[in-house]
Amino acid sequence: MTMNRRQFVGRTALGAAATMAAPHVYAAGHGGKPKVVVIGGGAGGATAARYINKDSDGAIDVTLVEPTRTYYTCFFSNLYIGGFRTIESLAHSYGSIAAEGVNVVHDYAVGIDRDAKTVTLAGGDTLPYDRLVLSPGIDFVEGAVPGWDVSVQNKMPHAYKAGSQTELLKAQIEAMPEGGTFAMVAPPNPFRCPPGPYERVSMVAHLLTEINPTARILIADPKEKFSKQALFEEGWNKHYSGMIERIGPDFGGNNVEVNADEMTLTIDGVVENVDVCNVIPAMKAGVICERAGLTEGNWAPVSGHTMQSRIDENVHVLGDACAQGDMPKSGFSANSQAKVAAMAVRGALTDSRVFPAKFSNTCWSLVNADDGIKVGASYEATDEKISMTEGFISDTGEDAALRKATYEESLGWYAGISSDIFG
Amino acid sequence: MKTILLSVLSATFLSIGAPVMAQEFGDAEDGAQVFKKCRACHMVGPDAFNRTGPHLNELFGRRAGSVEEVTYSDGLIRMGNDGLMWDVESLDAYIENPKAFASDTRMNFPGVKDQGQRNDLLAFLRQYSASPANIPGSAPTAMPREVALSDETLAIEGDAEYGQYLSSECTSCHQIDGDNDGIPGIVGWPQEDFVVAMHAYKEKVRPHPVMQMMAGRLADDEIAALAAYFGGLE
Ligand SMILES: Cc1cc2nc3c(=O)[nH]c(=O)nc-3n(C[C@H](O)[C@H](O)[C@H](O)COP(=O)(O)OP(=O)(O)OC[C@H]3O[C@@H](n4cnc5c(N)ncnc54)[C@H](O)[C@@H]3O)c2cc1C
Repeated sequence: MTMNRRQFVGRTALGAAATMAAPHVYAAGHGGKPKVVVIGGGAGGATAARYINKDSDGAIDVTLVEPTRTYYTCFFSNLYIGGFRTIESLAHSYGSIAAEGVNVVHDYAVGIDRDAKTVTLAGGDTLPYDRLVLSPGIDFVEGAVPGWDVSVQNKMPHAYKAGSQTELLKAQIEAMPEGGTFAMVAPPNPFRCPPGPYERVSMVAHLLTEINPTARILIADPKEKFSKQALFEEGWNKHYSGMIERIGPDFGGNNVEVNADEMTLTIDGVVENVDVCNVIPAMKAGVICERAGLTEGNWAPVSGHTMQSRIDENVHVLGDACAQGDMPKSGFSANSQAKVAAMAVRGALTDSRVFPAKFSNTCWSLVNADDGIKVGASYEATDEKISMTEGFISDTGEDAALRKATYEESLGWYAGISSDIFG
Repeated sequence: MKTILLSVLSATFLSIGAPVMAQEFGDAEDGAQVFKKCRACHMVGPDAFNRTGPHLNELFGRRAGSVEEVTYSDGLIRMGNDGLMWDVESLDAYIENPKAFASDTRMNFPGVKDQGQRNDLLAFLRQYSASPANIPGSAPTAMPREVALSDETLAIEGDAEYGQYLSSECTSCHQIDGDNDGIPGIVGWPQEDFVVAMHAYKEKVRPHPVMQMMAGRLADDEIAALAAYFGGLE
């Protein structure tokens, strides 16, 4: 019987009993050990590099390409804005991953030759691969918000890649005049971290309540509905009554324009003078995906069984950049997908065992001090997509003790996932 | 044989339409004898106060870890916050094997292994809880239905290599070095305790939505594989 690996990796009723050894199938065109190059050292890429390296015990050469030496997690960056975390507590370096044996290269991938199976770096080097893993996160769709492009990001920060952008946004909020206006242009679906903009609004409101209680928050939102909406709105009414106004598409929240020099936000023709303008534009896969011809529309389609690109089976795309089905674009999802990809890559390049793909995600958000909420689900791979199997969400009206426990759980999660990603 | 207990009144149970079995409590007088094992730490009755452990008046229907001025383990407090209320089935499971039920419990007690003795003990304790009024069959007084973890299930030899792959789902939250802040550590557990705990989540005896979901989709051999893998870690 012949079996296609990609089909085989799908869930089987036999579970573990059905697993089997994979043959050596890598094209060792470059000689020596099989080579894996991972582009992007974030939630997806760093996890994949670690797991491929760790579990293959030196049988695979793993190179991780990441331009920055310090990665600031977007997760919990809103808590920094709210004053619940320091920026340093969000910083992670690649020392442990390198010590475990991954070859960490601090450079930027500028091109991928999929026929030659090589990656070109900005510094000029070329890296050959047998399998390529791409987890470059997101970039912004040009022209998505008229008046905004990355050249004005220091006047109107997105703070949707964490680090200096996040610090800048917080500094701007702290410098707002008394009774001033914080505006957010929220992104359309699909985008990185569905509850992210609304957790941010909660944290900005928390900060303003302490330092500038007469300030107001204005959200222009192109979406009818958003993640954990009932829970956020309950919290906003309870903790920040009267401070937050959200303009949805019914009232022109999808028809906005900004002017960074004038510091104005125009919603459906009505000009608002604002003091801080957090523009979170529509998103697409990190540009390297597009350059490599791996995208359809804004994202890179993949098979959920292995996270292999539907366009090139030698490439796996993870995390925010891929179009996989039902999973939200989150750090938890990227980390979960990375483990499935790592197993598939090892199975393809060595004779390690391959098991059915399993995925899960939980997103915690903080609404106010000790007021944590969460939403989560489990997923499985079907031939068509990654498909949700079961989910849960916090209830409105939960008591303070449960909300506090949920927040404390999120602290445990941050510690757990950080050490899972970065060692 | 090891058993875990399912609530007769749980939604899952009712939805599959199984009959509610009317069972009797054990003998409260015999239970008073069994209670001697508990007296070093617990008091019950009109003059009871908290000793090392909480007083046991109004225990039935009480939220786990909720008596003021008692020091509880983080695990028990967390379970209480997740919605665990003491009733016959949760108490029965806890008393049978405290550490398997709440791994970090401060209740340093090996457990009452005999089901008859536990029934007696619970009958004794039930006398000191008024609420809800002594209606036989109402939640706190309903007798548990036992579901056996068969010897076969317990005997499944875990495939640690498979467990290592499956464990990658656990380590998105649980720290592999066993640290326990906000989320409990899960390395180095005795395999049987691990298996019992996971089945208790799977059957929704233990509260917590994330764990119920994660355990709910693990097959018996997958639970055994995880127990083998984590049990073997330091
Ligand atoms: C405000 C906010 C809050 C969030 N909160 C949560 C949360 O609570 N929980 C959660 O699970 N998720 C959260 N997220 C989402 C989470 O941060 C992302 O989903 C996650 O980081 C995606 O991982 P990734 O690997 O796809 O991308 P990233 O983590 O962004 O990593 C991509 C990496 O690739 C590098 N890179 C890009 N292009 C190249 C190239 N050409 N060459 C080399 N390297 C390249 C980048 O430098 C970057 O380090 C939040 C996001 C935001 C913005």
